[in-house]
Amino acid sequence: MDLSYSPEEQAFQAEVRQFLADELPGDIADKVRLDTDLTKDDMERWHAILNNRGWLAQNWPAEFGGAEWSAVQRHIYDTEAADANAPRIVPFGLSMLGPVLQKFGSKEQQDHWLPRILDGTDWWCQGYSEPGAGSDLASLKTKAVRDGDHYIVNGQKTWTTLGQFANMIFCLVRTDADAKQQEGISFLLIDMDTPGVEVRPIILLDGCHEVNEVWFTDVRVPVANLVGEENKGWTYAKYLLTHERTGLGGVGFSQAGLKTVKRIAKTANHNGKPLIENPHFAARVAQVEIDLRAMATTNLRIISQAAAGEAPGLEASMLKVKGSIIRQEINDLARRAVGPYAMPFASEAVEGANDRIPDPFDAGPVAGQYFNNRKLSIFGGSNEIQRGIIAKVTMSGGGK
Amino acid sequence: MNFNLTEERQMLQDTLRRYLREQYGTARRNEILGSDTGFSPDIWAELAELGVLGALFTEDMGGFGGAGFDIAVVFEELGRAGVVEPVLDSALMGGRLLAAAGKTDLVEQVIGGALHLAVAHAEPDSRYDLDHVNTTATDNTLTGRKAVVMNAEAAEHLIISAKDGDRIALYLVDKGAAGLDIQGYPLLAGGRAAEVTLENTPGTPLGLTLGDYEATWRLALVAQCAEALGAMETATAQTQDYLMTRKQFGRPIGTFQALAHRMSDLLIELEQARSAVINAAGHVTDTDADLHLSASKNLIGRIGRLVAEEAIQMHGGIAMTQEYELAHIAKRIIMADHRFGDTDYHLERFIALSAA
Ligand SMILES: Cc1cc2nc3c(=O)[nH]c(=O)nc-3n(C[C@H](O)[C@H](O)[C@H](O)COP(=O)(O)OP(=O)(O)OC[C@H]3O[C@@H](n4cnc5c(N)ncnc54)[C@H](O)[C@@H]3O)c2cc1C
Repeated sequence: MDLSYSPEEQAFQAEVRQFLADELPGDIADKVRLDTDLTKDDMERWHAILNNRGWLAQNWPAEFGGAEWSAVQRHIYDTEAADANAPRIVPFGLSMLGPVLQKFGSKEQQDHWLPRILDGTDWWCQGYSEPGAGSDLASLKTKAVRDGDHYIVNGQKTWTTLGQFANMIFCLVRTDADAKQQEGISFLLIDMDTPGVEVRPIILLDGCHEVNEVWFTDVRVPVANLVGEENKGWTYAKYLLTHERTGLGGVGFSQAGLKTVKRIAKTANHNGKPLIENPHFAARVAQVEIDLRAMATTNLRIISQAAAGEAPGLEASMLKVKGSIIRQEINDLARRAVGPYAMPFASEAVEGANDRIPDPFDAGPVAGQYFNNRKLSIFGGSNEIQRGIIAKVTMSGGGK
Repeated sequence: MNFNLTEERQMLQDTLRRYLREQYGTARRNEILGSDTGFSPDIWAELAELGVLGALFTEDMGGFGGAGFDIAVVFEELGRAGVVEPVLDSALMGGRLLAAAGKTDLVEQVIGGALHLAVAHAEPDSRYDLDHVNTTATDNTLTGRKAVVMNAEAAEHLIISAKDGDRIALYLVDKGAAGLDIQGYPLLAGGRAAEVTLENTPGTPLGLTLGDYEATWRLALVAQCAEALGAMETATAQTQDYLMTRKQFGRPIGTFQALAHRMSDLLIELEQARSAVINAAGHVTDTDADLHLSASKNLIGRIGRLVAEEAIQMHGGIAMTQEYELAHIAKRIIMADHRFGDTDYHLERFIALSAA
């Protein structure tokens, strides 16, 4: 056992810190700190800066232009980036589709799509969920019927994160209606400019436009856009979901969030003293910080196993559950800390509202964030589904 | 002991529940939420006509209720329907303070729905503390800043606390008064509030002190707890319905024990919340009112968070959308914890009072 970073890892940490200090644009960091919605341009600018440095595709192999970072390096980056208020890397192309194409895509698909993810030509979104197929993803109904060298796609996806910015969507579609549920699904890449694709906004409860419905009416998709084999999409989707789950511990976000809570609680007054000195509030903060410290180590332990080549299955589920609980607890503390100032509606959806919202703590819309982050325990496999996986794996002799 | 409502209160409850069910559906509320004023003048007039505003005042004051249970009945129904109209601040708090000051003619206008009020006590760094007032009154002119003042923009008069020497007193300030600045903004759970600044603003002393404010604050606590209870009833009912109708993996999700037991917990805690509101309403004018009120507000804060979070979680993504009724209801429940002292504030107060 050795809890410290190696000299190489320390040097890497210093390098990341320096890079963030030099390259992260101040206006973007301010927006992240105040939880203001980033524009498409903000996100693309940050991607381009990372790509310039060769740090955009952190987990991709070098042969595809990736940084090929170790799990520990990725952890170092995540922590430093959250601390510096860097935006998260939009995961759909880089952490989701990229690994799938690298493992299951054809050479042509790899050569065509992967560079475009890196240079920002394409913005991908994830078309899995449907109104009737959430946790039970395999019950999805969006249909793709073969017609010569095209598929004709009909159906509806929903909860499509940042679909309003995307020009491409990777979808799970049903290609065999008669097969057993999981066996009739294919993985299809769809150009969102194709006639028949329609994106409709869904405004979330904090007033933000973050997700969308995507409708398909007789959309013609070239057969060349099928990834892997027809009716084998479920395997690829499952592979992708493991990638999606790793990193969902969100340790960096939690650490940054806790810092914000403490900063607010030092400014906020309670009975003539800083709130942070109030025993009840201090106890709440301490409790979650104690949990977070342990989880940071759990996270590193799991990451080291992954570094040793073991696939994080069960542990990824555990991290997701615990990580989301801790992050949500921190959001709860932040809204408590600002007291009555949790009430103003500080959303971009209210035109110009932000200028007028009073915020003596310079904390941003913490109550909105509290509500928005309820999503952490719902998406990417809900916490109930994760607990189901843990139970199945641990109590049926290895699971299926 | 008798836990039944009196005939009058039962009628009030039935009338209000029926009216809101018919007139305050999701579509109507979303329309009101999106409006510039943040509330509907039509609904306000109808609430007055139905006697809902009058039920908040005693007969002496020109109303026909005014006791803790009258207030609880009204606000439970308003909460159940997720009503955003400022009944609590404008009618109950504003009206009762004016009644305490003997302003009979103004109270009559409040009961008739013709007069809007705002109560400005808290300040940017006072959090929930009641005796933290830095606004000053010198020769009846006020200078200072008041924080998150509900309904300030719509109010004809504001009731504002200020320090006159060592004493905290309440003043009536007209909306057009010199040196009065109102910066309004929408609220996350509906309605509007404002930051109010006063610079040598003339006010009329109401002859009321902090003690009078506290008496009204106690009524507001009953109202806020009851409103949250009503909202929790809606949230649990909606969750129950959803668990029975939403299917995943070929069966209603309520048949998964992981959800069924948590639904049962919500129903257990909801009964606790109901009892807490009864305790608050029944003891609001007793000598040990504060102990009861802090107990209730603390419990409502804790259970409210549980209900709001679990209701959203068990709905999944659908409850995360702005237009979905449960999202609004959950926001009302959580925001109740940010008024008149939160869970921790009332825990501390309870500890202090019960040790005394
Ligand atoms: C903000 C946000 C962004 C999203 N982004 C995307 C995206 O970009 N692309 C995409 O494809 N999807 C996305 N999703 C969808 C997300 O993955 C789904 O919401 C999730 O899979 C849950 O599905 P559901 O919402 O239909 O809830 P349901 O599956 O209907 O679940 C309702 C409740 O039942 C529980 N439940 C279901 N089955 C079981 C069971 N067997 N045992 C116990 N409990 C169970 C759930 O845990 C939940 O509490 C997003 C969702 C949100 C909220």
